[in-house]
Amino acid sequence: MSKKNDTAKPSGLTRRELLGSSAALLIGASSPVQALTVRGTPEWKPLSNNAVPPVDTDAGWQFFTDDEAATVEAIVERLIPADDLSMSGKDAGCAVFIDRQLAGAYGGSERLYMHGPFQDGTPEQGDQSALTPQQRYRLGLGALNDHCRNEHGATFAELSAEQRDQLLTQLEGEEIQLDDIDTLVFFEIVLQNTMEGFFADPLYGGNRDMVSWKMLGFPGARYDYRDYVERHNEDLGFEPVSIGGRPDWQA
Amino acid sequence: MATKLPPTDAVVVGLGWAGAIIANELVDAGLKVVGVERGPWRDTAKDFNIASVTDELRYSQRQELMLRTAQNTITMRNNPSQTALPMRKWGSFHPGNGTGGAGNHWAGITFRFQPEEFRLRSHLEERYGADSIPEELSLQDWGTDWSEMEPFYDAFEKIAGTSGRAGNLVSGKQAGGNPFEGARSSDYPTPPLRQPYSPTLFAETAREMGYQPFPVPSSLVSETYTNPLGVTMGPCTFCGFCTNYGCANYSKASAITTVLPALIRKNNFEARTHCEVLRVTTDSDGRRATGIVYVDSAGRQWEQPAEIVVIAAFTFENVRLMLTSNIGEAYDPTTRRGTTGRNYAYQTANSVQLFFDDKNFNPFIGAGAVGMGIDEFNNDNFDHSGLGFFGGGSTRVTPIGATPIQARPTPPGTPRWGSRWKRATVDNYASTMSIGCEASNYSSPNNYLSLDPTYRDRLGRPLLRITFDFTDNDLRMAQYVTEKTAEIARRMNPREIVASPRIGPWDGRPYQSSHVVGGFVMGADPGTSSVNKYLQVWDVPNLFVVGASAFPQNPGYNPTGTVGALAFKAADGIINHYLRSPGEMIST
Repeated sequence: MSKKNDTAKPSGLTRRELLGSSAALLIGASSPVQALTVRGTPEWKPLSNNAVPPVDTDAGWQFFTDDEAATVEAIVERLIPADDLSMSGKDAGCAVFIDRQLAGAYGGSERLYMHGPFQDGTPEQGDQSALTPQQRYRLGLGALNDHCRNEHGATFAELSAEQRDQLLTQLEGEEIQLDDIDTLVFFEIVLQNTMEGFFADPLYGGNRDMVSWKMLGFPGARYDYRDYVERHNEDLGFEPVSIGGRPDWQA
Repeated sequence: MATKLPPTDAVVVGLGWAGAIIANELVDAGLKVVGVERGPWRDTAKDFNIASVTDELRYSQRQELMLRTAQNTITMRNNPSQTALPMRKWGSFHPGNGTGGAGNHWAGITFRFQPEEFRLRSHLEERYGADSIPEELSLQDWGTDWSEMEPFYDAFEKIAGTSGRAGNLVSGKQAGGNPFEGARSSDYPTPPLRQPYSPTLFAETAREMGYQPFPVPSSLVSETYTNPLGVTMGPCTFCGFCTNYGCANYSKASAITTVLPALIRKNNFEARTHCEVLRVTTDSDGRRATGIVYVDSAGRQWEQPAEIVVIAAFTFENVRLMLTSNIGEAYDPTTRRGTTGRNYAYQTANSVQLFFDDKNFNPFIGAGAVGMGIDEFNNDNFDHSGLGFFGGGSTRVTPIGATPIQARPTPPGTPRWGSRWKRATVDNYASTMSIGCEASNYSSPNNYLSLDPTYRDRLGRPLLRITFDFTDNDLRMAQYVTEKTAEIARRMNPREIVASPRIGPWDGRPYQSSHVVGGFVMGADPGTSSVNKYLQVWDVPNLFVVGASAFPQNPGYNPTGTVGALAFKAADGIINHYLRSPGEMIST
């Protein structure tokens, strides 16, 4: 076994010295990456970069307050309503999905360019908001409930399904201006994350029982269609499978 | 201050396709080579696993394999009257990071540019008249030709195991291949992939209409293949997690599946990963590159002296490094002087969606580069007399795999949420397909790359600024080729079609392609190019800048085959010409 996969050491630097260097702040002290010099047979541990642990769906809210969670559940229940095609977005776990995403790297925009100056541009220049997803939810949910209390004397979650649908339609069409946050910045991230939660692998807390995949006929995390590629215009009858397997695999 | 390291024969910046190919060639020629890569060392066995790579949220939505904009991004504007703003999240394109680069998450489509492309300006002037090219276009010849390029395309396809069917061998035309391609010295290394339903249906209709459909050339191998470096690949399984994903099956060619496994085991090579190059260093008169300075993940700066410096990063970083290193003269759109940043171009992506009632395409079966195409409306394959534009596109059906966060086609007028949305989503998921037309993008004096005056990366360096919009030429071309595509679509008799020719202004939000080219282009004239036909920088003979940054304009084809060929061409220039007269411009 080659042991040549040592730390960047054109000048004799060791991994320990690299880690101990205060200059690491330049790139970000929290960064797990390390410069490496690679020679010979690369050293790796199988699956070392593949661990995405399933979220714990029973662990309680990680980012949302109880009030925020109730509002989000009341939203996703209307964006994806229960009907003859599927359970609701709420029952599918979309709010749990969003909560766990916000509690992770995504929630803080850790991977994104977040340097200013922040200024409005053309639509084609894309999202220029200085707000992270966490901030968008915190401000947006608060502003939405403020609006509901002022206009309806109740929180969003306390309104009827019809009232909630009407409010969501007004948000989407910018017929309501929320305080503290651009209405569309809030609405669009909620819609995007709800759909992600409904259609992503159940690993992330949504798409309970692969409900959306069953609904669409998407087979999920399969890896070999060589026997099927030339079976054209035919219902292949696949039951979906997730990265974590399928409930009927359990005895 | 940078700590000076012992010198090496050659340093190669970037270990994607171009850098890995050149480094391997130079090592085989006996040089001691250091490769420097800003991202991680990626290895199929540890990074891509069959059980977990099928993760749309992680790879496609959260863009795990792509360069993080926190590390580096670009700013963009459509014209100089606007203030460029940073692309905070990748949209229009997907730059890569780590060994393999964007070649890990690419689709795998591997065209050769046609012979006319390498002398496009001369060709159009000969065919349509000396004054035929509109003022708004800065088309130019590449300074090379088909006979010089063909052997290097051949070399690249053999490294990648590219699957396809030849339409034009030097020994004669072949039925079933692309009749418009340049004459090939050999057939594709592996046979064409088998086809799913939607490309099959498209090809049947195209054939009925008198067109000549062919399997899209694909660096997803169709059978077990061992390349000339001794690296073995396995057949594509059509898993549908391909574009934006790494391949766990060693089926999609990339530097990490075809070159680096052999290269890293060679004695004269080492790779330094998570090391980002800050600049190329030169001697006092700027006529010789002395090496590079890079910063490692601990923030320490190192100077790596080298006899030969090869910059083989993505287009954006190639050009930014030249600007920050003061190599060449920065392009000025008002005077049209300077070549660094000049002739930036993109791709003009068009599509037609087809909604059927009576079809089941099983759209989850797919791959980035499985499909059927026609070239009747590409480049100069059709007579442009009187059309008011030049250029065209590759018309094709390539089902990449309909993963459901992103691939949920619904007809116009469908709400985006609620029960009606859900009904339409279910009704159309399996019965919708699309025909793409990946069309040319012709360079213009108004489109260029420069350093942003305001926005800086985490290391304090200016971001690269893109000033770009589609030319009138390209917008007219988009209308024409999309209508031709729509004619085929209507003939296929769907319930409804939605034709989407590219319209301006260029929009940074929706993904279009990562085919960003130019900015440090090749040519025979130092007044209008930055590198010669060996990718050697004019006036800095030991510096080579390799990649799609060298394209003077972009034809209606995907760029990677040509990037691979240019990498072999640069290596040939270094090994067979430069090393015989070091320190001089290659004159042959």
